Amino acid sequence: MSGRLAEEELLDRPYDRHLLRRLLAYVRPYRATMTAALVLLVLASLLELVGPQLYRIAIDRALVPSLQRGTVDRGALSTLALLYLLVLAAGFGARWLQHYLMQTVAQRAMAKLRSDLFSHLQRLPLRFYDRNPVGRLVTRVTNDVETLNELFTSGLVAAFGDVLTLVGIMAAMLWLDVRLALVAFCVLPLVYGVTDRFRGQAREAYRAVRTQLARINAFLNEHIIGMPVVQLFTQEARALGRFDALNRDYLDASLRSLAALARFYPAMHFLGVLAVALLLWYGGGQVIRGVTTLGVLVAMIQYAERFFEPVRELADKFNLLQQAMASSERIFRLLDEPVTVEDPPNPVRLERVRGEIEFRDVWFAYGDAPAGGNGAGWALRGVSFCIAPGEHVALVGYTGAGKTSLCNLLLRFYDPQRGQVLLDGVDLRWMRQRELRRHVGLVFQDTFLFSGTIADNIRLFNSDISDAQVEATARLVGADRFIRQLPNGYQTEVGERGVRLSAGQRQLVALARALVYNPEVLVILDEATSSVDAETEELVQEALRGVLRSRTTLIIAHRLSTVQHVDRILVLHKGRIVEEGTHAQLLARGGIYAKLYRLQAHPIPEGILQRRGER
Amino acid sequence: MSRSRFWTALHRHRRRYLLGYAAALGSIGMAQLAPWILKAAVDGIQRGEGRLVAYAVGLGAVALLEAALSYVMRMQILGAALRIETEIRRELFQHLERMDPAFFHRWQTGDLMARAVNDLRAVQRFLGMGLMRAVHTAVMVVLSVAFMLHISTSLTLSTLPILLLIPGLFGILGREIRRRFEEVQAQFGRLSARAQENLSGIRVVKAFAREEAEGERFRQESEALSRANVRLSRIQGLLWPAVGFLLGGAAVLLLWIGGEEVIRGRISLGQLVQFSYYLARLSFPVIATGWVLSLWQQGRASMERLEEVFRIRPAIADPEDPVRLETVRGEIEFRDVWVSYDGRPVLRGIRLRIPAGSTVALVGPTGSGKSTLLNLIPRLLLPTSGQVLLDGVDLRRLPLRTVREAVGLVPQDPFLFSDTLRENIAYGADSGDGKRVVEAAQIAHLVQDVNAFPQGFETVVGEQGVTLSGGQRQRAALARALARNPRILILDDALSSVDAQTEEEILRALRPVLRSRTVLLVSHRISTLRDADRIVVLDGGRIVEQGTHEELLRRGGLFAELCEKQRLRQALETEEP
Repeated sequence: MSGRLAEEELLDRPYDRHLLRRLLAYVRPYRATMTAALVLLVLASLLELVGPQLYRIAIDRALVPSLQRGTVDRGALSTLALLYLLVLAAGFGARWLQHYLMQTVAQRAMAKLRSDLFSHLQRLPLRFYDRNPVGRLVTRVTNDVETLNELFTSGLVAAFGDVLTLVGIMAAMLWLDVRLALVAFCVLPLVYGVTDRFRGQAREAYRAVRTQLARINAFLNEHIIGMPVVQLFTQEARALGRFDALNRDYLDASLRSLAALARFYPAMHFLGVLAVALLLWYGGGQVIRGVTTLGVLVAMIQYAERFFEPVRELADKFNLLQQAMASSERIFRLLDEPVTVEDPPNPVRLERVRGEIEFRDVWFAYGDAPAGGNGAGWALRGVSFCIAPGEHVALVGYTGAGKTSLCNLLLRFYDPQRGQVLLDGVDLRWMRQRELRRHVGLVFQDTFLFSGTIADNIRLFNSDISDAQVEATARLVGADRFIRQLPNGYQTEVGERGVRLSAGQRQLVALARALVYNPEVLVILDEATSSVDAETEELVQEALRGVLRSRTTLIIAHRLSTVQHVDRILVLHKGRIVEEGTHAQLLARGGIYAKLYRLQAHPIPEGILQRRGER
Repeated sequence: MSRSRFWTALHRHRRRYLLGYAAALGSIGMAQLAPWILKAAVDGIQRGEGRLVAYAVGLGAVALLEAALSYVMRMQILGAALRIETEIRRELFQHLERMDPAFFHRWQTGDLMARAVNDLRAVQRFLGMGLMRAVHTAVMVVLSVAFMLHISTSLTLSTLPILLLIPGLFGILGREIRRRFEEVQAQFGRLSARAQENLSGIRVVKAFAREEAEGERFRQESEALSRANVRLSRIQGLLWPAVGFLLGGAAVLLLWIGGEEVIRGRISLGQLVQFSYYLARLSFPVIATGWVLSLWQQGRASMERLEEVFRIRPAIADPEDPVRLETVRGEIEFRDVWVSYDGRPVLRGIRLRIPAGSTVALVGPTGSGKSTLLNLIPRLLLPTSGQVLLDGVDLRRLPLRTVREAVGLVPQDPFLFSDTLRENIAYGADSGDGKRVVEAAQIAHLVQDVNAFPQGFETVVGEQGVTLSGGQRQRAALARALARNPRILILDDALSSVDAQTEEEILRALRPVLRSRTVLLVSHRISTLRDADRIVVLDGGRIVEQGTHEELLRRGGLFAELCEKQRLRQALETEEP
């Protein structure tokens, strides 16, 4: 089984053919637009080459002859200027449109990738979520995809444009004057050498900066959380010393990357001027000897200067590409995470669910199946029981007995390692998860509310469920009264900024949420962590009495006060069913249930005890 | 006042800045010289006279000098800013080290981290790139314009306004870009929130088979984000082509008007080339002005956010005029101590004297105030009213160091550092004394576990100790406290995750160590408390019973009831199905 998705494993390659191919699959549907954008890119790059040529013509055809003849010919100059302006305007249009088209494609591709990633996450089993913190997954879906977007828009395409410009400039220079061009190209080996050196240094330095920054982050995070320990053990000076060391390493790495940049930019500028100087020296002689014209020389100088911008850009992009590749690797690794709890290829369709539940010798562990026979590590050890349609059963047990695990299996959040869980005699693995969860409703005590309205939270954004159904269900569980008293009734926003509901009100919403689908089986998970006051207890009890009647119900209870009126109580202990019977039978038996009951006798509020006494 | 810290830092590095600016001036000077050489060369070529080698060498030499000086400028100024960043980050950490636990409750870790990393980088960018570019740009513009005017006033007046349109373009488009960018950010925030919420509530999503529907809801947000991004790109994509268009436009004007000037003989062809050089080299500084401005805005906002943290003074700090204790005996007294959180009292008038060398156990239901009481002793918490005294001296009058060196506190959920076990156990000890570590580990019953690890004491525990079991973590924390050899040992339910038998053995090994120390003990296992000199029962923040184990059992009060519960719990824990 693959471990956690590691954060820090960064790719160093600027590109990876396999990853690139998977990425390209996302832009393939927009081939036409892509092609148009690329054509525009080529056009824009070509138009960039026109300027120096116009300067050449202006000097050779207008300025120099005019100077020689001493006459003023504005016509030619004006025509050239107008032509130049048109070229500029066309270049401007081409660049803008290219950028826009490219963004459209990239954004559609990213939206698709994000959705795919998210949908995949939805299908991943809870086992996966046990291993991977939510924050990291959110980063994958948001930031990593956004970084990838840069790869498309300012990375690959721009790099292609830069290469195109370089080739174009070289071709234009060769076309103008082969010998002059070759003289200017003398600096190219130096350009290559400097760029290559810079790339090597920058890659190393950037990586060091990132690593050191990650260390500083980790150290800060740990020490901010653990500051009381630092203070208790009076280790402030030592912690500061260690922080200093990290800070120093970070500074060293930063200074190294600064040095690489500070050498690279001026060096490139110098090489540019060197090329101009070479052109002046050799080309100047050629002009004087009449082999070439002044216009050609000036145009050559202009080309030589324009040559260096794309080179600089390309060197800069290297870092970006590296990061984007690391992001895409992380994204695809997540997409490759196997969906282990899957729907069967030929699911069994349940026509009418009666609501019979059976556990057949179920063994379950959260990690991989523990080695050895009946040893430790199992959360459930051979659990078997059957619940008849319409029967009300409670499952109780001491902390760690396996109650929550059992609930997780019944909803197929996990699959058992051994044995079977059956609904109406059909193994849960043979039916579609979606269908199963339609028929088996789950009420969490610790209610998770989504941001949205009360109605949204009851119907869980399912537009198939009408307002009338929502309200009817709320009335059924007795939530209608308090909801109507809220400022906007069913349309009141809950959550952080909205109205804060009491624990009891949240539970009623959860109950309504489960019942709005009218499931044949209801599982009520009464978690130990939820602090419930007497009033809430009463509210929920009241609501339950009304809705349970004909439904198969399994109450998984930590508090025994909720279970005394059920048909049958199952006592789970250390992963096994150890006792079974009614409240009175189990109490009389004096076993685990009796101990649990006595343990909880005190915290039950007096009001409830009395009320129960009356009944 | 609020920026003084940053100006002090600048002042500290003034040599670097001055050297950097000197180099900047030199490099600008060279940059201004090059067009003159070019002009001379072009005019020379046109007249057909040579000296080309001299021009070429001159141009190369000037460029080399410019490059070298520019290197010095970057290294000095940007290097100084990086150093300042490091120094302020150090100050910030030192400041955080002085903050009381309440501060860390109030401030989110992520927020503090963002300030220590992102905001500090924004400040660094301003102090480096911002200050460098600001001066460079200003000097460059002034000099270039002066020379351009010298060549031709009319040419300058006709081309320069076009260049000046560029900052205007940045201003107008920049505002719209920012607006659309904020929309993108807002939608990005909604998308993140949607993902965060969904993934946190994945159990509910799965329980109600809402995976596909949730995927659909996410898709809508995702597409909205893409649409916002495309809207942004429509304007953003305009910016650089537009700048290119304007720069090109200036070149066209130069050709058109300048060409005529050449033809009319007002300027030489060489001067036209020279002029075009000035114009070309002005473009970057002009573009940079907007950038410098935004660096300044971001830097200033970030400085303010940092100052906000720096301004906070800790509620718990060393007294100005501390009382010095030669040795700490370990007598603790609570005098009518009240503690409230948000106006809700947690401790109500605690009066308790613990003689040096005695063992006192605290018992009470959850929320009765046990941990609060214990946290008062090492001054992790301040009493709202009343006094806590150590050896008869109010804690507030003692140096924090004295108090904390005397106290070893082991909490229920201890925090370990992602370091080796040895380093963790030796954390508070004076030196990395190997014997001390092993002894402490022996008492804490940790040695067998350690020996089972492949790397023994050199095993690195994961982030916050996640690779250890709960019981191992607790025992490591106990060993860590013992290795310090404190006068006062506080065990706050410190062995709750250790099984009963191991706890028994640890207590047996601890007995000789505890005999000479003041010990405060909280445990949910009553058996642990039996040997205490006194048991104090807390309920609702008050002391409701105290006495020895037998006395309290006889009384049949809250303690007796808790004992009975404990007995049941133990029975359930040990009973095998």
